[in-house]
Amino acid sequence: MSLPIYASTGQKIWYYSFRVICGLIFFFLIAPIITIIPLSFNAEDFFTFTPEMLRLDPEGYSLQHYRDFFTNPDWQQPLWNSVKIAPAATLLSVSLGTLAAIGLSQSHVPFKGAIMAILISPMIVPLIISAAGMYFFYSRIGLQGTYLGVVLAHAALGIPFVIITVTATLVGFDKSLTRASANLGADPVTTFFRVQMPLILPGVISGGLFAFITSFDEVVVVLFVGSAGQKTLPWQMFIGLREQISPTILAVATILVIISICLLTTVELLRRRSERLRGMSPG
Amino acid sequence: MTDAAAQTEAKSGPVLAADGRPLKASLRRALRAQKMRALLLIAPLLLFIMITFILPIADMLFRSVENQIVSETLPRTVVALEDWEDHDQPPSEDVYAALYYDLFEAAEFRIHSRVGSRLNYEMTGVSSLFRQSGRGVGRFDTDIYTDQFAELDADWADPRVWATLMEDESVRAALPETASAYDGWVNVTIEANEDDPLEEDVEDYVYTALYRDLAARGYDGSSAMLSEAAEAVGAFETVSLREQFAEIDEDWLDPAVFETIWVYSPNYTAGYFLTAVDLQLTADGIEPQSEDLRVYLTLFKRTMFMSLVIMGSCVLLGYPIAFLLANLPMRISNILLILVLLPFWTSLLVRTSAWKVLLQQQGVINDILVWIGLVADNDRLALINNQTGTIIAMTHILLPFMILPLYSVMQTIPPSYVRAAKSLGATDWTAFWRVYFPQSVPGIGAGCILVFILAIGYYITPELVGGRTGTFISNRIAYHISTSLNWGLAAALGSILLILVLALYWAYDRIVGIDNVKLG
Repeated sequence: MSLPIYASTGQKIWYYSFRVICGLIFFFLIAPIITIIPLSFNAEDFFTFTPEMLRLDPEGYSLQHYRDFFTNPDWQQPLWNSVKIAPAATLLSVSLGTLAAIGLSQSHVPFKGAIMAILISPMIVPLIISAAGMYFFYSRIGLQGTYLGVVLAHAALGIPFVIITVTATLVGFDKSLTRASANLGADPVTTFFRVQMPLILPGVISGGLFAFITSFDEVVVVLFVGSAGQKTLPWQMFIGLREQISPTILAVATILVIISICLLTTVELLRRRSERLRGMSPG
Repeated sequence: MTDAAAQTEAKSGPVLAADGRPLKASLRRALRAQKMRALLLIAPLLLFIMITFILPIADMLFRSVENQIVSETLPRTVVALEDWEDHDQPPSEDVYAALYYDLFEAAEFRIHSRVGSRLNYEMTGVSSLFRQSGRGVGRFDTDIYTDQFAELDADWADPRVWATLMEDESVRAALPETASAYDGWVNVTIEANEDDPLEEDVEDYVYTALYRDLAARGYDGSSAMLSEAAEAVGAFETVSLREQFAEIDEDWLDPAVFETIWVYSPNYTAGYFLTAVDLQLTADGIEPQSEDLRVYLTLFKRTMFMSLVIMGSCVLLGYPIAFLLANLPMRISNILLILVLLPFWTSLLVRTSAWKVLLQQQGVINDILVWIGLVADNDRLALINNQTGTIIAMTHILLPFMILPLYSVMQTIPPSYVRAAKSLGATDWTAFWRVYFPQSVPGIGAGCILVFILAIGYYITPELVGGRTGTFISNRIAYHISTSLNWGLAAALGSILLILVLALYWAYDRIVGIDNVKLG
């Protein structure tokens, strides 16, 4: 897309203005997320830059909102709930999802299309509908307002992500490796853990990360399926945003942005590793 | 020739596998085992999704038509209303009697207000009517029947006498209303009050039923006590149940109340769905909802319109970015892709709170506009709690879902086509519009459907930045679940939304293929 030497003036103008337009769109994408980071260090309870902050005066900045987050039980309790719910849901969806993805990647699976459609459906059905259905059904069977109910609901929501990433990894998996392993005397369990698992592990981990972030970020379903005892971090943020918006939310948001940057980096590294591995394996 | 072939076939037999079985059967068996193994691997997850996800959705669909509450709480009234012919007049005394027995029992179980709130969705005011009457039926003047029977024969006041009498099948057949009322009373005494029906005084309404049975049908059986009573009832002092009800509330003389009960008495109703599309079910069939209650079609239209606007702005903003990413060298585009992926990975609430903070009247964007001088300080723009707020925030949130599919399609477009077009004399614009753009259309289709599906079901962002005018149908569903408690209507609205989304999902599957969904 570089500009040829013989480009006319019009082409040059278009070339540069296109870059500017793209720059503005990138700015639109990133700026809101970046802006809240300095705002979270605001010494005042304002949601805009104070004159002190614009002068880069250290007086204008403080860690008070972070202190509030780490000491206020209104925030600490939800944080612990999130930390308890998300890993359990992730473990459930990864273990069941990986098994099913291996089953789905075999060559002769009856009703493959229908099964796939059912397994992907939690991602497609609007969250409010899932939440309504789960609320009605879970209150019938006594799971509404329990830890188990929220974990099951979140695991169901995370499963499509695990299925999609793991099946994508399995497409590049060389089946002759499992045959070779079986030929050398390994039983199916050994073959799975010693041969197949290490190779598809990047896909499984990124699927798990997707499932984790789905649960960790999820608010609609937990609002209905959970009760006050299962209040998660997003739920507390939602209440904070709807009722009395406090600057502590910006501190929480900044911490969550840093977590997502870490997760994004991990997934990206895993994807590259798996591409490299796939490039090396024959077929 | 064929004979010879058949002979060879017979001699050698079918091809055999190593274990002596025919190869065909052996292969079929291996295939079957393979299918079984695959299904066994999938089964746990399928079962899990069925229980935790598909059943709840089915339950919601069921709730949108379920309507057992009226016929379960007011069983006798529903039956009695079948004989009600002139719907402009209040029904006959029989209906009021049936309603008296039903309401009395419902009030003992404390479920009369539930059926009241159910009917209140269809006719405002019924809820308080039922609540008052549940208290009122216990204070009816029907105790005169009790007293008159007791005067006639002191045995009538003995619950044990009642119990023996009601065990007799011929008596039950002769006094159907009494039998039904007595059974109901026994049930109430044991289940709701945890008392012994042989010890407790029989309630007034059972005597009322007895009086009505004897007065209407007489008695010619073998029980001397009943024959004596049947002769005496002609001289009894009576009380009109219709007037008793009218004394609690004049509304009980309004035929519309009974019409509502009658229309909503079947076990399954299309009423919720009709309400969801601004129609209503009346005795004369389906009619448009009254003007001031017509909100849902507007809301559906607004949801569709705003989703389309969001989809359109995502295409406008996403296409240049995807084009740029697909045409830059891999090294640079990978870095720029991070700028797209970071918002994608950032918590939805973080992005929504960012917009909530930025778009405020005293927020950063208004501050900048004032500082540049585009907007006067006392005339700051209202960017939040309206449609503008929802559209800006949701475009930002859904933009990655447009860019990623577009990018993956554009990556596969060979650059040589555009070069060929240009070398044949096409201008930059013609080369793009006639050669490049048509090849990128599948990506636009995929991105549009994805963004549209996600947008019409959104709840959190419209709820937080949408104010009153920028909310979606999902906000209404949430309102009916948690605030108005009209679960049936919430389920009906949800079902309509679900059908809409599934139709789009089907279209997406046909165009893109669900296996081709890519994440990041």
